[in-house]
Amino acid sequence: MSSHRLLPIDPQTGRARDLRSLASHAAVFGPLPMLPSAANGQPGELIDEIAASGLRGRGGGWFPTARKMQAVVESAAGRRQRSAGSRPVVIANAMEGEPASGKDAVLLAHVPHLVLDGIQAAAATVGATDAYLAVHRGTPSIDALDRAIAERRSDPVRVELITPPARYVASEESALSHWAGDDTATPVYGDRPFERGMNGRPTLVQNAETLAHLGLIARHGGAWFAEVGDAEAPGTTLVTVGGRVRQPGVIEVATGTPVSELLARCGYVDNPVEGFLTGGYGGAWVTSEALWSAEWAPAQVRNAGGVIGAGILWALDAGICPLHEIARVATYMAGESAGQCGPCRFGLPSVADDLTDLAHATCTKEDLDRINARLALVVNRGGCKHPDGTARFIATGLTVFSAEVAEHLRGGCSASRSGTSLPIPEVRKSPVKRAGKDFR
Amino acid sequence: MSKHVRRQLHLDPTLCDAHGFCAELLPELIDLDEWGYPVFIAGGLVTDVPEDLIGEAKRAVSTCPAGALRLTKHE
Repeated sequence: MSSHRLLPIDPQTGRARDLRSLASHAAVFGPLPMLPSAANGQPGELIDEIAASGLRGRGGGWFPTARKMQAVVESAAGRRQRSAGSRPVVIANAMEGEPASGKDAVLLAHVPHLVLDGIQAAAATVGATDAYLAVHRGTPSIDALDRAIAERRSDPVRVELITPPARYVASEESALSHWAGDDTATPVYGDRPFERGMNGRPTLVQNAETLAHLGLIARHGGAWFAEVGDAEAPGTTLVTVGGRVRQPGVIEVATGTPVSELLARCGYVDNPVEGFLTGGYGGAWVTSEALWSAEWAPAQVRNAGGVIGAGILWALDAGICPLHEIARVATYMAGESAGQCGPCRFGLPSVADDLTDLAHATCTKEDLDRINARLALVVNRGGCKHPDGTARFIATGLTVFSAEVAEHLRGGCSASRSGTSLPIPEVRKSPVKRAGKDFR
Repeated sequence: MSKHVRRQLHLDPTLCDAHGFCAELLPELIDLDEWGYPVFIAGGLVTDVPEDLIGEAKRAVSTCPAGALRLTKHE
């Protein structure tokens, strides 16, 4: 059985096919069936197939999609006022918030209509009257997406393309809901989007990959979807593999595929690596030994000490200083704080500064203790999980690379070459002075 | 049979501006971090308030200039 579902492969080139036109999309995937809409407080009938599929959200949380949709429907049904302004909303998250991820771009560049099909399927299932596709500002695919949306004249729900600023926290689901309603892409504390999202309406935010899977489930059913993959989190999934592999990029694998096999597919042949980053900059570092024998599924990667998140696996070259990488990313993540909560606004930059000293081997044991104390102080105190994810990235890195930390405390560094590995997006230089100011 | 009423203090970290009055009024429950922001000693953004501190908790809520604190009551 082929593991290519979202990304049909051209047998001639071995690459994902370009199915950007509606005609080519329909020729390969077939038509999207008519989908009865939610009514009378009940979800559309596709909900049974989605529940049977076991589909979980691919944006990072891996939450059961059917349950999230059910919560949106229940929230809408429970309202006293049933005006148009209280009807559910669907937001497709194709923001690619994790800098090391490439899967949203790959989906939009090859199979945008599968994502748009998924938006229609989701809108029918929750009874949404408005739908948005969010890509970050400056994304090269914007014109092509406008054309793709314009081609779909028979869609029951019109999809509006929205372009929030390309900031890390702007892709958090409350921030996206905030942006869609009020043009400010900062996370909102307290309200859960499925209850109160865009303009207070029940809002279903789903990752682009989740919606693309939904486009297939609408055609082939839940049992078909669950034919491949891990029992707890079935189906295929996209993985962005980067770092020291010969063919970095986005691949589609069945969940539960051994990490060793996944890496072999990207041309990893026994390369020396320092360790692996899983899940991106809000993710976790893992030793090669721990990850090598694991399977790529949420529980298995978690047991190995990592996190799948949005499907990122980065092999850090042996020879590159991991502490420099950690300091670079920590500095970027500190700059990406929305500045709304004190521990994140002040805590992350102070930790990043000490990590920079550690990377330069000008850090004392006391400074290291201060890093660890402050990391503990930023967790569980934010309005969103930005500080928590960043703290996990740093803390797991300091553990996995503890030998290198010790070397740096002695004033040394065992890197055999300079250079960097992990990508850091261009960040505007001005520090955040007021919450929200740079998020419009 | 006496009903157990659980009172909880909630902090909205996006509203908090580090005025610090809450930690002065409720040192039993709240510390300040090195930047002056409140830290619930029991952790997290919601903390249980014992019976004998309810009066002080109410004062903390009403004196917070940022309106970042809220007291709830569950039976």
